[in-house]
Amino acid sequence: MNYIVGAFKPPCDISIAFSDASSRKQIAVKNDNGKVVMVPVFQSLETISGEVSVAPVPGKRVEHLGVKIELLGQIELYLDRGKFYDFTSLVRELDVPGEIYERKTYPFEFSTVEMPYESYNGTNVRLRYILKVTVSRNYMGMGSIVEYRDFCVRNYSPAPTINNSIKMCQAMEVGIEDCLHIEFEYSKSKYHLKDVIIGKIYFLLVRIKIKNMELEIRRRESTGAGASAYVETETLAKFELMDGAPVRGESIPVRLFLTPYELTPSYRNINNKFSIKYYLNLVLVDEEDRRYFKQQEITMYRLQETPQAS
Amino acid sequence: MKMLPDGGADDEERWLAEGIAGVQQNAFYMHRALDSNNLKDALKYSAQMLSELRTSRLSPHKYYDLYMRAFDELRKLEMFFREETRRGGCSVVDLYELVQHAGNVLPRLYLLCTVGSVYIKSKEAPAKDVLKDLVEMCRGIQHPLRGLFLRSYLSQISRDKLPDIGSEYEGDADSINDAVEFVLQNFIEMNKLWVRMQHQGPVREKEKRGKERNELRDLVGKNLHVLSQIEGVDLDMYKETVLPRILEQVVNCKDELAQFYLMDCIIQVFPDEYHLQTLETLLSAFPQLQPNVDIKTVLSQLMDRLSSYAAASPEVLPEFLQVEAFAKFSNAIGKVIEAQVDMPVVGAVTLYVSLLTFTLRVHPDRLDYVDQVLGACVKKLSGNAKLEDSRATKQIVALLSAPLEKYSNIVTALELSNYPRVMDYLDNSTTKVMALVIIQSIMKNTTCISTSDKIEALFDLIKGLIKDMDGAQDDELDDEDFKEEQNSVARLIHMLHNDDHEEMLKILCTVQKHILQGGPQRLPFTVPSLVFSALKLVRRLQGQDGDVTGEEVPATPKKIFQILHQSIEALSCVPSPELALRLYLQCAEAANDCDLEPVAYEFFTQAFILYEEEIADSKAQITAIHLIIGTLQRMNIFGVENRDTLTHKTTGYSAKLLKKPDQCRAVYACSHLFWTDDQDGIMDGERVLLCLKRALRIANAAQQMANVTRGSSGSVALFIEILNKYLYFFEKGIPEITNTVIQDLIELIRTEKQSENNVADPSTEAFFASTLRYIEFQKQKGGSIGEKYEQIKTT
Repeated sequence: MNYIVGAFKPPCDISIAFSDASSRKQIAVKNDNGKVVMVPVFQSLETISGEVSVAPVPGKRVEHLGVKIELLGQIELYLDRGKFYDFTSLVRELDVPGEIYERKTYPFEFSTVEMPYESYNGTNVRLRYILKVTVSRNYMGMGSIVEYRDFCVRNYSPAPTINNSIKMCQAMEVGIEDCLHIEFEYSKSKYHLKDVIIGKIYFLLVRIKIKNMELEIRRRESTGAGASAYVETETLAKFELMDGAPVRGESIPVRLFLTPYELTPSYRNINNKFSIKYYLNLVLVDEEDRRYFKQQEITMYRLQETPQAS
Repeated sequence: MKMLPDGGADDEERWLAEGIAGVQQNAFYMHRALDSNNLKDALKYSAQMLSELRTSRLSPHKYYDLYMRAFDELRKLEMFFREETRRGGCSVVDLYELVQHAGNVLPRLYLLCTVGSVYIKSKEAPAKDVLKDLVEMCRGIQHPLRGLFLRSYLSQISRDKLPDIGSEYEGDADSINDAVEFVLQNFIEMNKLWVRMQHQGPVREKEKRGKERNELRDLVGKNLHVLSQIEGVDLDMYKETVLPRILEQVVNCKDELAQFYLMDCIIQVFPDEYHLQTLETLLSAFPQLQPNVDIKTVLSQLMDRLSSYAAASPEVLPEFLQVEAFAKFSNAIGKVIEAQVDMPVVGAVTLYVSLLTFTLRVHPDRLDYVDQVLGACVKKLSGNAKLEDSRATKQIVALLSAPLEKYSNIVTALELSNYPRVMDYLDNSTTKVMALVIIQSIMKNTTCISTSDKIEALFDLIKGLIKDMDGAQDDELDDEDFKEEQNSVARLIHMLHNDDHEEMLKILCTVQKHILQGGPQRLPFTVPSLVFSALKLVRRLQGQDGDVTGEEVPATPKKIFQILHQSIEALSCVPSPELALRLYLQCAEAANDCDLEPVAYEFFTQAFILYEEEIADSKAQITAIHLIIGTLQRMNIFGVENRDTLTHKTTGYSAKLLKKPDQCRAVYACSHLFWTDDQDGIMDGERVLLCLKRALRIANAAQQMANVTRGSSGSVALFIEILNKYLYFFEKGIPEITNTVIQDLIELIRTEKQSENNVADPSTEAFFASTLRYIEFQKQKGGSIGEKYEQIKTT
């Protein structure tokens, strides 16, 4: 196998380097092979610049029909059998057709690129940004030489000006009426990713024997539209709030730090392809392991981190 | 984890062992993480270790075992946290957040408390804020047992970190409030959990749960102890905040066990001085407690404590007065009794006993208080019949005994108008017991009761002993006990004394009035006492004879003799004739000393009537006749006629005794009636001789009868006795008795002795020999006596 691979080894190495690679923030992401790799992070309207170097295998020359670099924003729906939708596509021609005998570097720059959507890697959908370098060739059976470089986009939002608390008086119907009446209160409806959910659960009426109470954070990923619409819900956090059976009048504090969980901002109808919504799900379990729950949508957003010493 | 049905002790042991193993295993990994400074793993394993505490299968006792093991490990973890923050590995603020990432609430909160302790110590945040957060977050545990232990842990780690006055964690001016607020809140939450425990789970295990809860009570009570230890809780704070808040919780929890325990706790942990100054608040809680709460014990404790306080530091007494402690207690007890309709009588009475004890110790000078207590008790008892409940009875006895002990003077108790009214509720036997207690008290303290009013009251109290009570059952009476009781009464009568004759007379009348109701059983015991007490007065009057001549003087011997007469008459009707006879004779003698011939004569008459009509037993007759003779011999006021009548009667009775020897002895004793040594006494030698001769005749007859019936002559002892009488009168110098007569008698005795039928009796021999020796002795004395005897031959 190695031999065959070796035989078809591309005649040149292509590498893509970002100009501010040393200072730019990087984050770990899993690539297609499941390996964790570090990728640089950009945000919308940033200038993405760097150098592409093409180094032929020593002693060989590379004949080409031109070298170009593309910046692509793609949405990949797994249910669509890997179909890509490019919502952004920018191209820079780096070289005219010719031959490369030795290492050659091309600087590139995409200035103030509009990247409205964040990178996202979900259950059924992936949104990614890549730099794609193509050395075009025209051999039989030998396509162009292509190199990809992933990068990540994260967009920050300002803290919302209106951020009402969620307050709800909720009768949880459990077959018979008036068995459980609770009121819950979360301090906010919009949270940034490192936020803390503060709240309180009031028990106004308890006629069932509750064993415990949990707060779940659930992510709802809806893809497609119409007939092909598909919704996947995933529980990202399970956090026990209460142990034992409360009595009427009891109030239980809620304090859930969001840091440990891998959350993203809420996305609404990204390129008409998918949406991501977050919910707080309050679950009460009784002694017969019946579950009573109440779900409440929250909005997640990414807050510009204040630069810290560390 | 499901609540499993009780699987027996074995299962529980196994579960505990599993839990311990779980703790140990995770603790092992935790230690390894600690040793390698691996914070992440340390948190992971400590959380897993603490997960063992999530079990629902252990009884409190076993759970405690498990908890303690985890507790020890947490100490180590805390030290690690402290090191970690000092080293700068992780700031305490971050750590405080980090532990809150734990998914399960119980381990999370244990860890939070542990870090919280480090947080406070680091002083990076005010202690009050951290504490407030911790106590609030702990609400997440609503399971009673687990919650109690968690909060107990919180209490434990925070004890030395309260922002108390003078503590290194003291914050701004108000920080003491935060410290108190924190402890109070933890207390309230713990109590709620503790109470809730009673109501969860199957009904059939209710009792078991009660027991289990009892094992846990100190966890709750500890908080009150912590409160009492806070320096900053001064009287004002206690009064304004601490006490009202605690009481609110106690009252509102509506749980018997908790209310009883916590009230007791409050009383025990806070200083007496605080209780005194907050009495009203504290007491106002009592009537609001559940009906089954054993209030009496708690309230008694409080009163005991306060009275000991007063006793130990007399300087605080003014404060007791200032806060009107008595009135408040009295009021509170009233309300409690009113509120707790079902409280058994014993409970109410016990409360009154405590109040009384309190009063006696704190306000010994306030007799009116004592009476008020008794009055309240009467009020409570009124409407009930006599008490059946033995415990209640016991308490009443305690109630009534307390003033006696305190004042060691029954006179004080007699001033208590409600005292006898309380006694009315006792059953007969207890009334007697109580009466005995009273009498014993009098005896012990040799109290002298000196007015007839008081005696009236006293007899009212001890009436159980004085007369048969309604419905009394005699069969239950133990003879010994009865005697004991009546002897006490008899002794009591002697204690009634007044130097003023007039008053003393009144006393006697009162006593007589009461004891005459005693009935046949009692009179023989009580009348003698009365008689002698009265005779004592007679003697006293007699001693100052000269002064009491006026007609107006009410206390004359005559009057007393009237009383005596009535009393003894009652006795003779009982009938107890022998005793009555003795008493008549005593009185006669006293009358003799008072120169009251008719009275004396009357007494003798009565004695004789008794002798004739009532005394049938021959032995009793003998005794009686000798008594009569003895008394009559000493009488010197009778005129010739009276005396003759009496002596004649006496000799008559003597000769009519049943047995000859008895006749003989009585008759020779009668001889003394005719010869007295007094100045102007009777000296009738002739009749003396007559008696002696008659005695001899009877002795002879006796001898013959003995010969006939038994074939052996009787003892010659009678002759020797008569000989002795002869000798006596011979020495007195009665002319009719000459040495010849004596000589003849000696010969007669010798002859009798030698008669063939006589059986030698050593005692008779000795008697005779010693009589003869006496004669010889008198001879040798010489002088006039010696001369007289000279002619009597003894050999």
